[in-house]
Amino acid sequence: MGVDLQQDHFTLFGLPRRFGIDRAALDAAYHELHSEVHPDRHAHLPDADKRRAMQWATRVNEAYSTLSKPRPRACYLLQLEGLDAGFESNTAMTPDFLMEQMEWREAVEEARNAGDGDELSQLHVRLRHQAREQYGHLERLIDVDRDYDAAAELVRRLMFIEKLQHEIDDALEALET
Amino acid sequence: MALLHIAEPGMSAEPHKHRLAAGIDLGTTNSLVATVRNGIAVCLPDEQGRTMVPSVVRYRTDGSIEVGQSAVRAHATDPKNTILSVKRLMGRGLRDVAHVEAMPYDFMDSDGMVRLRTVQGVKSPVEVSAEILRVLAARAEASLGGELTGVVITVPAYFDDAQRQATKDAATLAGLNVLRLLNEPTAAAVAYGLDNAAEGVYAVFDLGGGTFDLSILKLSRGIFEVLATNGDSALGGDDFDHRIFCWVLDRANIAPHSREDGRRLLMKAREAKELLTVCEEVPIKASLQSGEEVNLVLTRDEFAHITEHLVRKTLAPMRKVLRDAGLAPEDVKGVVMVGGATRMPHVQRAVAEFFDQEPLNNLDPDKVVALGAAIQANVLVGNRKDEDDWLLLDVIPLSLGLETMGGLVEKVIPRNATLPIARAQEFTTYKDGQTAMAFHVVQGERELVSDCRSLARFELRGIPPMVAGAARIRVTFQVDADGLLSVAAREMSSGVEASVLVKPSYGLSEHEIAEMLRQGMDHAGDDMTARALAEQRVEAGRVLEAIEQALAKDGELLDARERMQIDQSMAALRATLDGADHHAIRQAIDTLSRATDEFASRRMDKSIRGALAGRNINEIEV
Ligand SMILES: Nc1ncnc2c1ncn2[C@@H]1O[C@H](COP(=O)(O)OP(=O)(O)O)[C@@H](O)[C@H]1O
Ligand SMILES: [Mg+2]
Repeated sequence: MGVDLQQDHFTLFGLPRRFGIDRAALDAAYHELHSEVHPDRHAHLPDADKRRAMQWATRVNEAYSTLSKPRPRACYLLQLEGLDAGFESNTAMTPDFLMEQMEWREAVEEARNAGDGDELSQLHVRLRHQAREQYGHLERLIDVDRDYDAAAELVRRLMFIEKLQHEIDDALEALET
Repeated sequence: MALLHIAEPGMSAEPHKHRLAAGIDLGTTNSLVATVRNGIAVCLPDEQGRTMVPSVVRYRTDGSIEVGQSAVRAHATDPKNTILSVKRLMGRGLRDVAHVEAMPYDFMDSDGMVRLRTVQGVKSPVEVSAEILRVLAARAEASLGGELTGVVITVPAYFDDAQRQATKDAATLAGLNVLRLLNEPTAAAVAYGLDNAAEGVYAVFDLGGGTFDLSILKLSRGIFEVLATNGDSALGGDDFDHRIFCWVLDRANIAPHSREDGRRLLMKAREAKELLTVCEEVPIKASLQSGEEVNLVLTRDEFAHITEHLVRKTLAPMRKVLRDAGLAPEDVKGVVMVGGATRMPHVQRAVAEFFDQEPLNNLDPDKVVALGAAIQANVLVGNRKDEDDWLLLDVIPLSLGLETMGGLVEKVIPRNATLPIARAQEFTTYKDGQTAMAFHVVQGERELVSDCRSLARFELRGIPPMVAGAARIRVTFQVDADGLLSVAAREMSSGVEASVLVKPSYGLSEHEIAEMLRQGMDHAGDDMTARALAEQRVEAGRVLEAIEQALAKDGELLDARERMQIDQSMAALRATLDGADHHAIRQAIDTLSRATDEFASRRMDKSIRGALAGRNINEIEV
């Protein structure tokens, strides 16, 4: 088997298809691939080479941005397992989760309205911790139990957390300008 | 399989010759050109030993053009034709430019990029910048004793697509082959990092005459990875000058002034600002055309006070860039200071306070960007040596999106994504039989189209007629390593490639550039055909050389028939070189390029397999 633009991200980096990832190996593979394909390595060559380099480098970046972050990596793995990643429409959320969502939203809203940058930053940190806790579960669900439906549910929670983080970022940015 | 190809004599299977390249720092206030000589990057001086060329262009009544020091001398006597800080106008409309009222130019009121009326006719900022580039390139060619194969031109990291494109267009007008547009803070990081064998996370704080950039980079084993960048492409030393200028008008109680007086006072303001870096107080004295006298004293404290809000403007980008990089100030190992305006003590203080460490001032803030650009240019042009095993991974500074219903922006490419990057979005038709579709591309972080920069409008034509909602039009955004966007579109169900007509909002169209090129040549008495012929010959030489090298190295990737085809195309190209038809040469280059397309992919695949081989032995099968 050769290498081509179509192969999956894990194969591209020579890594096993798992959620639990060897970050150092990923980074090393990413850098080594770029040493070959990055447009800067081909700037003196004819257009055909430059075009090819841009395609490959684009491909490498796409793969790296997906695998280097836990939530996109999980989505991608689930997609490889045939689960639709279009999670948003798929809304079977537990009441617990919905409650929790509302509480978080209110907290963010309150801090925003009060113009309380410190509180917003605090919330941001707490959300980051929350997300981090979930990654452990996600690893077990995907790599060990292979319970992809449960994993998908967890991914939805993470997407919600991410969305909140973005809202906090926006609120902080608005405060600063 | 084919044996190693023995090159004909004189056809250069020899290790290729050293190619001439230069790095250009095209600054708001000052520009520099640098090159690598015997492995060391140096800024090239003029006869008087000055490396900095003031970014000032004067159009004279006699049709000549002055650039640099001699143009500066006319700033107060001929302000309308003496263009300073033109970089602030690149890719900008009249309404976007701060303090237009303080600029002594005769602006044309038109859509798109601003234009200036001069004694030599209407000029676009792109043309003005091209004059500066010409002078720098000529300096490099005189010093290196030959024609430049390519240049790297630096741009502020926070420049948007329109500003980058304008810079590249200026290079085209100046007849330069741009190897890469390189972000200024990244260039500085290369010069600093290679010099100090730095490892870890660094910030580069670059405050020049008109722009502010802040980049966070991770340096690790030869990889310079930009994690995030932020800034303000309309903040710099000029704004501090303007504050002093306003302070003077206010304190001296001066009435509206002439262009000449305005320019004179602005220059006095800049002098005062620069002196305050070393003095506690400075006198500001001027006799104006109006007969009024200015006689004031500005203290360092007062200066810090009246410009405090400008320094504060750098804080939000500092916070944002760290947030985007997912870092805290204490994660930053060093803060490299770049740009003349970072010499101001209160700027130094603000940075030290924010990062809780003394910033690094151990390199020349004026030269470091040009030196980094020269180092990059030398490698990109093909003079890479084994020890040049470093690589830059840079990012896009601002998100790209499309206008959707209700004047909202749909983000397609997020800011701080590593380049190159491509993203596709699918759209459908909303009317039966619809064959065309219009899009509006914007750049920025805000939700409303009206709060973002308009980059271009484009229209797809040639969509096959179908019922509403049946067409699947895939629009692909590709941003290259220069940070420049290109757009392609395809109807997926029929596979028809829709044609894309792009109308830049603040840029020049291809037609306008061609026209400017033609005019420039008429002016210089250049023969367009002779020049095109020379250019195509050089290009052909480059292509042939590159392919010969590739064949020598990887010839075994081709079978006999493929090899023959390539050999034939090369012979055909060589044959055209004897003639004087530049179209024929171009065509032969294109044919050869197509003939080697597949070879190029195979070689790329081979090198990728090589890269992976270390870790994953059983993957390598040829
Ligand atoms: N000693 C100094 N003190 C304060 N400002 C200075 C000093 N020297 C230069 N500057 C300012 O730095 C700016 C030019 O910086 P530079 O890095 O050359 O800008 P650019 O890259 O935009 O051309 C000008 O606004 C100039 O007045
Ligand atoms: Mg600069």
